[in-house]
Amino acid sequence: MSAQALDRGGPAQPLLSVRGLLKHFPIRNGLLGGVTAQVRAVDGVDFEVLKGETLGVVGESGCGKSTTARLLLHLIEPTAGEVIFDGERVGSPALGLTSFRRQCQMVFQDSYSSLNPRLTVETSVAFGPKVHGVPHREAVARARDLLARVGLEPGRFAGRYPHELSGGQRQRVNIARALAVQPRLIILDEAVSALDKSVEAQVLNLLLDLKQEFGLTYVFISHDLNVVRFISDRVMVMYLGRVAELGASAEVFERARHPYTAALLSSMPSLDPDRRTEEAPLAGDPPNPIDPPPGCRFHTRCAFAEPICSATEPPLAAAGAHHEAACLMVQPGSGHSRAPRAAA
Amino acid sequence: MAAFAEQAVAEPPPAQTVGYWAGVWRRLRRDPVAIGAGIVILLLILMAVFAPYVAPADPLRASTLRRLRPIGSPGFPLGSDELGRDMLSRLIFGARLSLFMGITPVILAFFIGSGIGILAGYVGGRTNTLIMRTIDVFYAFPSVLLAVALSGALGAGLGNALVSLTVVFVPQIARVAEAVTTQVRGRDYVEAARASGAGGLTIVWVHVLGNVLGPIFVYATSLISVSMILASGLSFLGLGTRPPDPEWGLMLNTLRTAIYVQPWLAALPGVMIFITSIAFNLLADGLRSAMDVKQ
Amino acid sequence: MLAYLARRVVYTVPILLGVSLVCFALVHIAPGDPLVSVLPPDASLELQRALRTLYGFDRSYPEQFVRWLWRALQGDLGTSIASGRPVTQEVLKAVGYTLRLALLATAIGFFFGALFGFVAGYFRDSAVDKLASAISVLGVSVPHYWLGMVLVIIFSAILGWLPPTGAGDEGGPWQFFRHMILPAVTMSVIPMGIVARTVRALVADILQQDFVIGLRAKGLTDYGVFRHVVKNAAPTALAVMGLQLGYLLGGSILIETVFSWPGTGFLLNAAIFQRDLPLLQGTILVLALFFVILNLLVDVVQTALDPRIQRA
Repeated sequence: MSAQALDRGGPAQPLLSVRGLLKHFPIRNGLLGGVTAQVRAVDGVDFEVLKGETLGVVGESGCGKSTTARLLLHLIEPTAGEVIFDGERVGSPALGLTSFRRQCQMVFQDSYSSLNPRLTVETSVAFGPKVHGVPHREAVARARDLLARVGLEPGRFAGRYPHELSGGQRQRVNIARALAVQPRLIILDEAVSALDKSVEAQVLNLLLDLKQEFGLTYVFISHDLNVVRFISDRVMVMYLGRVAELGASAEVFERARHPYTAALLSSMPSLDPDRRTEEAPLAGDPPNPIDPPPGCRFHTRCAFAEPICSATEPPLAAAGAHHEAACLMVQPGSGHSRAPRAAA
Repeated sequence: MAAFAEQAVAEPPPAQTVGYWAGVWRRLRRDPVAIGAGIVILLLILMAVFAPYVAPADPLRASTLRRLRPIGSPGFPLGSDELGRDMLSRLIFGARLSLFMGITPVILAFFIGSGIGILAGYVGGRTNTLIMRTIDVFYAFPSVLLAVALSGALGAGLGNALVSLTVVFVPQIARVAEAVTTQVRGRDYVEAARASGAGGLTIVWVHVLGNVLGPIFVYATSLISVSMILASGLSFLGLGTRPPDPEWGLMLNTLRTAIYVQPWLAALPGVMIFITSIAFNLLADGLRSAMDVKQ
Repeated sequence: MLAYLARRVVYTVPILLGVSLVCFALVHIAPGDPLVSVLPPDASLELQRALRTLYGFDRSYPEQFVRWLWRALQGDLGTSIASGRPVTQEVLKAVGYTLRLALLATAIGFFFGALFGFVAGYFRDSAVDKLASAISVLGVSVPHYWLGMVLVIIFSAILGWLPPTGAGDEGGPWQFFRHMILPAVTMSVIPMGIVARTVRALVADILQQDFVIGLRAKGLTDYGVFRHVVKNAAPTALAVMGLQLGYLLGGSILIETVFSWPGTGFLLNAAIFQRDLPLLQGTILVLALFFVILNLLVDVVQTALDPRIQRA
């Protein structure tokens, strides 16, 4: 539809560039409201989302995936950092929040909580276009079109209330609602995680289909590695508010360079006996994001940790073609015994 | 596309479409207690509205010769009061002031309290803290004490009693409104609406109000019973309406001297307050369970 | 726990400040010059000015508030206009009467409320349960001042068993107690209904929890189950009782008026009709303080009793 019409920078320019994104939640001591600590939910994140791709974001719960999603949409204000959408900074005069939000939508995990229980699904889907000035009739017509497109025959479903639908049907409504403002980017925050496996597969196929038809770009957030692998072109692994590894899906899944990614992958159930890994699965819970460990944040749980790891914070370094990892073991001359020699 | 449609349809077929309020009404209709209470309230209101047509006599016409006639006397089906006025007529006319004084403060407090609570809940942050801490101060007074203190300081009179009772109920309703709004504000559909680019007022109008007014309304209904007792109580203390206007609480007060002469007659106005209060309580209970759908 | 305690106490300070501000404002929302109630109608201008200075009405509101609060903190709530005695003295005397009445009423209300509630919750949906629920609805719906009148009609006017009004101090403790019965029973109806409701819900909830079902499955006797239920329901039930005591202390005015019980409610009534504003202000301040402090105590005791409430 209109996605191509809005394109400005051409296919080479990333649709979304995130620079130094930071979100610290202050913890107030109830009484005097003084800030006693900071939860470093997202602590300096840089990445890009290319036009037409699906970027998968994985990590344990509490690693900052969902906060990142909400920061991208400016549903919460970032502490620092900027989001650049197709060459324009979000919030700049050239790209106000409202026009940005028209181009960028979100689908949430809880399909019930994300629909207003007092509105029929048709009204819910038509709400977005009406906010953007589409006349009522036209908005409703578009809503019915989209309901049909996501597999819900409008004649039967348009007048229903959310509690009268199944989880899968509600998530289809949420997808239609996101599409209704004709966005270019959709952020899917655990959008299929709450669904039964069979329904999940249907919704994933629907998403792939819609992506092609409408020329969409996805940021797909999930803790389920199988699903991410299935749908993503590139994958970003997050740990404690930081990017641990970033690269083409096949690269990351086949040749994980960060021990954290490797550990995640080894905890992934596999039916193939040859794919059993020797690496130790992740033990324990991630450290507290109020007081993250110094140096590499993963060193407290890492099988290869050396003294240097708690002293130096590894930057994202190239670890192959279209592949980066934030680990001293991939950074030449870092001082870690397994690091490649520095090219003199 | 056809394939998707088929798959979606294969999921469990939903029941017939019913809007939220239609569902509430359907459940309420099956609750005989609530319906009974509703009918009693309706009758009381009709009685108040059509008092001049229902009452057999003028509620203000006194007669020194016919004072304190017992219940069942000829011409005085429910006896006569300490000034010889017809009890039945006074009880019927009393419904006007008593219901007015009991219900008005709750209605006023519903609007003011909802406004304050929704504002605090939706805006959050420091505004919320400021509003809620102020409300906590009013919560530090038992409601009877606050009502008596305010109308005692303002002086006796209908208007002052209404103001005092409204001030008593505003913090209570605001607190409920704030709690419900904070809860709704955290729902994903509000986030989704913000993500659609909708402004604060639009979101409150379309997505918040519809989901918070119901619970606030139920809570307010349950306050009417308390308000009836408090309002009549203020009149009973001489802080509400003034003689000779018929009002149940005030009638109870003036008849106190008669308890050794016509004990059961003296208790009659209280029976009316009691019936009204029970009816509102039962209706509020019924409404609460009819609106409580766990999904 | 200690940190929570400290925070809870400190949190009470702004509330107390707000409460005293409201009490202070009471005098100033009253229509007309607060001085009028003190002055004889033919007072000379000089006398007016002198009294104005004496009561501090010539100063700004903030200044008056601070002075009033400072004095109140030292236990000086001013002088009653009607009686000429210190307000503090009058209020404390009345508080003694109200407190005794409220304690007896709370005890009666808690005993019967807990009993009804327990039986109703234990035999849920039985006839007993329905009866108990009906009683608790009646308890919260009844205009208690009317109930007081009805009790007087039955037990004093008709049967002549108990005295209708007054405190009967002069007749010794037995007379005093006899005078207390009717007002205390009347007062107990409110907490009875609320305690019954709370206990019923608590017991029904606890009996449905997995651990009780587990205990039963392990062959625990009814007595054993009973002990578990009591142990788990007690903290909440006691907290509700504590709060009810506070409500009764502050809300006793209607009942005290019916029974001419010489407590704070009676004092308040007198203060209102004699336009004795210092007395009105002082009485309300003391009652509200009682209520706030009682709330604090209940909260702290509940936290200490109930291991499930973890307050950092």
